Amino acid sequence: MNKNDLHFSEMGRDGSVRRPYLQYENWLAQQQNEQLSKKANDAEAFFRQAGITFNVYSDTDAEERLIPFDLVPRIVSNREWAKLTKGLEQRIRAINAFLHDIYNRQEILRAGVIPTELIAQNDAFLPEMMDFTPPGGVYTHIVGTDIVRTGEDDFFVLEDNARTPSGVSYMLENRETMLQMFPELFSKIRVQSVSDYPKNLRRSLAACAPACANGRPSVGVLTPGIFNSAYYEHSFLADQMGVELVEGHDLRVVDGRIAMRTTCGYKNIDVLYRRVDDEFLDPLTFNPNSMLGVPGIMDVYRAGNITIANAPGTGVADDKAIYSYMPEIIQFYTGERAILKNVETHRCSEPQSLQYVLDNLADLVVKEVHGSGGYGMLVGPAANKRELADFADKLKARPSNYIAQPTLSLSTVPIFTEKGLSPRHVDLRPFALVSPNGVQIAPGGLTRVALTPGSLVVNSSQGGGTKDTWVLED
Amino acid sequence: MLGKTAGGLYWMFRSLERAENTARLIEAGFRIALTRSNDTEAEWRSVIATSAVQEMFDEKYQSYDSTNVINFLLCDVANPSSVYSVLKSARDNARLVRTAITTEVWSAINGAWMLLSDRLKKPISETDLPDVLASIRMQSALVRGALYGTMMRNDIFDFCRLGTYIERMNCTARIIDVKYYSLLPSPSFVNSTIDNVQWETVLRSVSAHRAFRWAGDGEYNAPEVATFLILDGRMPRSLTHCSTQIVASLGFLAKEYDTHQPCLGMAEQLRTRFNGRDISTIFEDGLHEFVNSVIADIDKLGYQIEQDYRFNK
Repeated sequence: MNKNDLHFSEMGRDGSVRRPYLQYENWLAQQQNEQLSKKANDAEAFFRQAGITFNVYSDTDAEERLIPFDLVPRIVSNREWAKLTKGLEQRIRAINAFLHDIYNRQEILRAGVIPTELIAQNDAFLPEMMDFTPPGGVYTHIVGTDIVRTGEDDFFVLEDNARTPSGVSYMLENRETMLQMFPELFSKIRVQSVSDYPKNLRRSLAACAPACANGRPSVGVLTPGIFNSAYYEHSFLADQMGVELVEGHDLRVVDGRIAMRTTCGYKNIDVLYRRVDDEFLDPLTFNPNSMLGVPGIMDVYRAGNITIANAPGTGVADDKAIYSYMPEIIQFYTGERAILKNVETHRCSEPQSLQYVLDNLADLVVKEVHGSGGYGMLVGPAANKRELADFADKLKARPSNYIAQPTLSLSTVPIFTEKGLSPRHVDLRPFALVSPNGVQIAPGGLTRVALTPGSLVVNSSQGGGTKDTWVLED
Repeated sequence: MLGKTAGGLYWMFRSLERAENTARLIEAGFRIALTRSNDTEAEWRSVIATSAVQEMFDEKYQSYDSTNVINFLLCDVANPSSVYSVLKSARDNARLVRTAITTEVWSAINGAWMLLSDRLKKPISETDLPDVLASIRMQSALVRGALYGTMMRNDIFDFCRLGTYIERMNCTARIIDVKYYSLLPSPSFVNSTIDNVQWETVLRSVSAHRAFRWAGDGEYNAPEVATFLILDGRMPRSLTHCSTQIVASLGFLAKEYDTHQPCLGMAEQLRTRFNGRDISTIFEDGLHEFVNSVIADIDKLGYQIEQDYRFNK
């Protein structure tokens, strides 16, 4: 029996097509393979011409690469989506309440729900944020939660991504590409539109403007510059929102406000959607060598004269050690049970757990507490003896740096190959906007797909691809 | 608009114009190499001088043969003025100002970069040269077409045009400067074939040999060619035309921003130097000196525009 057969296939198996995919499968059955091949090439040319690339740095030269796009959509029914969004909303509200609490009264620590050292020894915790409430009370203006599915009703949150989640441009561009390639599909099948996202993002950011904003709040996107791997997304979002794309050296503090250098002098910015990490935000407060930030912006921020999205210090809510407490955090702030499940997580900082992880290393996935992008992790079932032994040494040397999770049997969605459809593992990153008006989730998201058969690593930095994500209307 | 964005637009179009001008210069030089092999080296020498890269070239090569010059000007990544380098700069600047240009303009410059960077990766053979040069001009025309067809007529457009015309005016002035001796009326040269070839080459390097035939009576002589390049406002690469366009773009900016910047005054003064002038008075004052001071003024103007509109700080 093929190992793949054990996984939940979202399209269906053994000739029985799951309901959300019925209409699509019907259409697909009438398509010619050569025709689809041609479309796949067209899509690649389209991405290249549009410059939808990310930068990769080798020793010698910067190279622009494409994230592979697969033309088979990932389809979610409206009912499934409703459940997901309810769970996400609950989780995101709890995260914001948690951040406010951590940076103010710290009741959750006093109540003993999570250990104090998890905050005190957390690199992402910023003392500069203590006793301060950001404009509108919002910490995580944009959230991109990673979700995996293992069965008909089994959705798990894998990561909360409350810092500066990326990938939303792919949600939008993948849909544009599909609309161009297969217009007839969208007239047959009712798919919820995601194209309002940039408009909603701008509104949501503007709704968090500080009190000093006069009239229509002025919004800017802060990018590290054209050599950043996600520069395309930064310019895309600024362009789609119709706001300025700024770099640190375009900004300075003028009369207690953050202002950008325009052709007619300095103009105030009210809301800064920053795609620069906390560490580089303000050389006067954080990393003194940073050329990417704005000297003095933290003073302006603490004086309440600019909104920074996401707020500095939100990383304290999304590392993998805090993640393991998320069910308790949700219970503590909402009084409700978590709707979305957490993946069972072993904290290696606890001796018993460490022993369990060492004993079962070959079956587990081990991640760094602050890691991201699929770097520095061990996928037990895919590792050889040597790699397992090396990793065990790392674990013993710095146990609190790691957590471990069971190897999840991620769902599959077929991709198009020259030989026809073939199942591959996927995850899902929906995007939520938070403002004083509430949490708003775009009906779609970024579906990442592991292109190597059997692989569970979907990160684009590790050779993963993307798919368009459809949420059906009925 | 951000000062940085204004600068990015300006340099994007300066670089693009530069690529096109270099292609024209090579085209004119290559024609001499094919038709008058005796004049080849002198012609390549003046092409290199016009491009202001003589020192760098001399360090690298011993002789001005066609292959050296062509590849130095087209593909050499170490030469910041090579077509490859300026196209890269145009495209990098376009990425920088991606939010200020339409998808069509972005797509045109990105497409130009993808096509030409691939072609210019290897040295260009004489067989491929005409095709590559045509490609450079065509791609540049596509970007310009997208600019004119899809962009709002606002400050963004003005900065693009400023970049184009400052670079173009600079290039035409340099061509005249390097070839000024051939443009001087001298009784001993009249109607000699040498001069005819020189004049034709000069006209070809601004793609105006055809226009020249239609504009006048088709007779080549020094004052007519010089008038055409300097004073004919109908000729899109003449100094008069370029300075008129620069004044117009700066005027639009002044109106749009409701401010009067020093650069507008400077541009108007530069424009006045061609107003109502007759070529004979320019010859009397000294063509070489005249063109030299024009080049200096263009440089100063470019610098002033950067200051006035806060490109850098």
